[in-house]
Amino acid sequence: MSDVTLTIDGQSVTVSQGATLLQAARQLRQDIPTVCYHPHFTPPALCRVCVVEVEKSRVLVQSCSRVAEAGMVVHTASPRVQLARKVLFEMLASAVDLSAAPEIQAQAETYGAERDRYGKGVKRRAFPLFDDNPFYIRDYAKCIMCWRCVQACGEDVQYTFAIYRAGRGFDAHISTFEGVPIPESTCVYCGNCVQACPSGALQPRRAYWMEQGLDLKELARVSNLEQKEKSKL
Amino acid sequence: MELELITANLGKIDPTSLDAYLAQGGYHALRRVCEATDLTRFTIELKNAGLVGRGGAAFPTGVKHEMAIRAEPNHPWPAPDWVPERYRHSSSYIVCNADESETGTFKDRVLMEGDPFRILEGMTITAFLACATVGFIYLRGEYLLAYERLTHALRVLRARGYLGKKIFRDDFAFDIEIRRGAGAYICGEETALFESIEGKRGEPRAKPPFPTDKGLFQRPTIINNVETFANIPFITLAGSAAYRRHGTEKSPGTRIVCVSGAVQKPGAYEIEMGTPLRYVLETLAGGLKPGSALQAILIGGAAGFFLRPDEIDVPLSFEGLNAIGATFGSGAIMVIDDRVNLWGVLLRLARFFRNESCGKCFPCQIGTQRQLEILERLTQGHSRKLQETDIPADELQLLRDNGAVMRDTSLCGLGQTASNAILSAVDKKLVH
Ligand SMILES: Cc1cc2nc3c(=O)[nH]c(=O)nc-3n(C[C@H](O)[C@H](O)[C@H](O)COP(=O)(O)O)c2cc1C
Ligand code: SF4
Ligand code: SF4
Ligand code: FES
Repeated sequence: MSDVTLTIDGQSVTVSQGATLLQAARQLRQDIPTVCYHPHFTPPALCRVCVVEVEKSRVLVQSCSRVAEAGMVVHTASPRVQLARKVLFEMLASAVDLSAAPEIQAQAETYGAERDRYGKGVKRRAFPLFDDNPFYIRDYAKCIMCWRCVQACGEDVQYTFAIYRAGRGFDAHISTFEGVPIPESTCVYCGNCVQACPSGALQPRRAYWMEQGLDLKELARVSNLEQKEKSKL
Repeated sequence: MELELITANLGKIDPTSLDAYLAQGGYHALRRVCEATDLTRFTIELKNAGLVGRGGAAFPTGVKHEMAIRAEPNHPWPAPDWVPERYRHSSSYIVCNADESETGTFKDRVLMEGDPFRILEGMTITAFLACATVGFIYLRGEYLLAYERLTHALRVLRARGYLGKKIFRDDFAFDIEIRRGAGAYICGEETALFESIEGKRGEPRAKPPFPTDKGLFQRPTIINNVETFANIPFITLAGSAAYRRHGTEKSPGTRIVCVSGAVQKPGAYEIEMGTPLRYVLETLAGGLKPGSALQAILIGGAAGFFLRPDEIDVPLSFEGLNAIGATFGSGAIMVIDDRVNLWGVLLRLARFFRNESCGKCFPCQIGTQRQLEILERLTQGHSRKLQETDIPADELQLLRDNGAVMRDTSLCGLGQTASNAILSAVDKKLVH
């Protein structure tokens, strides 16, 4: 296959055909932030923080999935791009509990996101903690909606399809079919989703509760309590 | 001015009668194409005619068709025996976007209810040139009469040999299926529409690849708006020169505009491109309702822009509207008089986008919610118009930044246009 030559931030770079703008920029050691991109998954191209300015393109272009074309002129840090990254991180922080996602927090800081810029009274992701199976908890107040767990559960890894997207707009969220508890879903407890989750929304159950300060005995009591709760229903 | 290039039959012939359509010259265009030896000529004519898509994005139709016709058949398929030789290496789809959910837009409905055969002929001509055997109409779910008219028309066409196998020649087979939407604005976006037909959640795909390359079921696909297809029989018969005689140099032909709001005669009017907005409002739509004064015009639907009363001499063409920072969009013209509190309209628009965002990409999923919240904060406690001093500078900057980033980074047209109308009203000082 032939190579492709393009210009990124004034420097000429040659990559092999099919390489993305992100790969090309990284070859030049240009720093582009990414949130939803993971090299082992199909790029969902939805967080948009990796956008760059491509000359002649009306809007900014996501570098993680856009394939480099010969002659493209790309700017990875123009004022438009900088504003976009800053505001995107401000948006994310305004909606999601990022306390268990230090990497995303660090990126937000790097790009100058102002905490609470949208005000304190705005709507945030609000979900109860789903502690419905022995292996992992689901804390969707921390979910950034990167889709990676769905990809891991489905076509990128496991082909189990226990979880998928539900709702839409701001209310879009990850759910089992009809919201049933995990044990009633098709979940096979492979753990791929927990491994893949970048935000701390999915965590191994025991580790999660121990971090909350519960010791193993208490943890057993928590589960018993739950079972009692359930038997009442 | 008014011109009946594609609406000539509306209200004049029985829309359920194929014979009535044939008597007006219907299916001459398809016959011409099927009898021709040089097929590339028709696509070149379509390109030369300068027709651009009427769905909102204004992409050149001929270029789109050529791209799909030239696309590599990326899915060689096991063709059943009856499939004629010319299709064995092709696998493209024709899709008619009849989802028509843009605010204030009802032209496709009028066309489908009043002259369904013209649209179907346009699709069939396109199918023949693109070697497609299957077409889909993605119809807005609420359009019951259109559904009945189209279903009836398809049945008649099949019975009379205008659809099915051996249409005008032994090696031409084509049929059309209707798929009804379930009320999501986003499913009018072409790639979300494909996902919906495929039985998935209506979420747009990142482009490229474009539909002409990997569209419905990942195959090359020509997707056009209802009105775009309705133009094709005329251009096929009359040729590009005749078509270009109408409209302007850069926007040839006609356009159906949908006028609604505070006018005497709201409705769908086919006008020559370049007709001044003033003529549409004052002459065709009969002027404002008595006793009211013009406050603003929203052009292009929710995804469009506000115009000030002093801008009504703008020529209604793509270049004319672009020159004043607006777009023609879907052709909707909503007239708002001085009795309306425009902040209320802005809130309504913000709520529309918040409700219709699919939630896939961060800027639109979160940005549309935040845009609504900022407007709610601004208007809270104000029953009357806000004064300029009521709006804190940092709130305004936030609204602007939020809107700019939605426009610049959203994955699809919904998020990219969700701040257009609101920011245009603020920038033009229509609200203060
Ligand atoms: C949110 C959204 C909604 C859309 N809705 C419609 C629609 O209802 N009808 C339509 O024809 N095009 C709609 N479009 C435009 C289509 O994506 C596409 O551009 C069009 O169908 C192409 O046809 P054309 O080239 O004939 O205009 C929509 C686009 C977006 C982003
Ligand atoms: S649960 Fe985790 S992996 Fe799944 S979408 Fe949310 S943040 Fe991404
Ligand atoms: S812009 Fe809005 S509607 Fe389009 S993909 Fe993003 S979230 Fe979905
Ligand atoms: S990293 Fe590219 S869109 Fe998320």
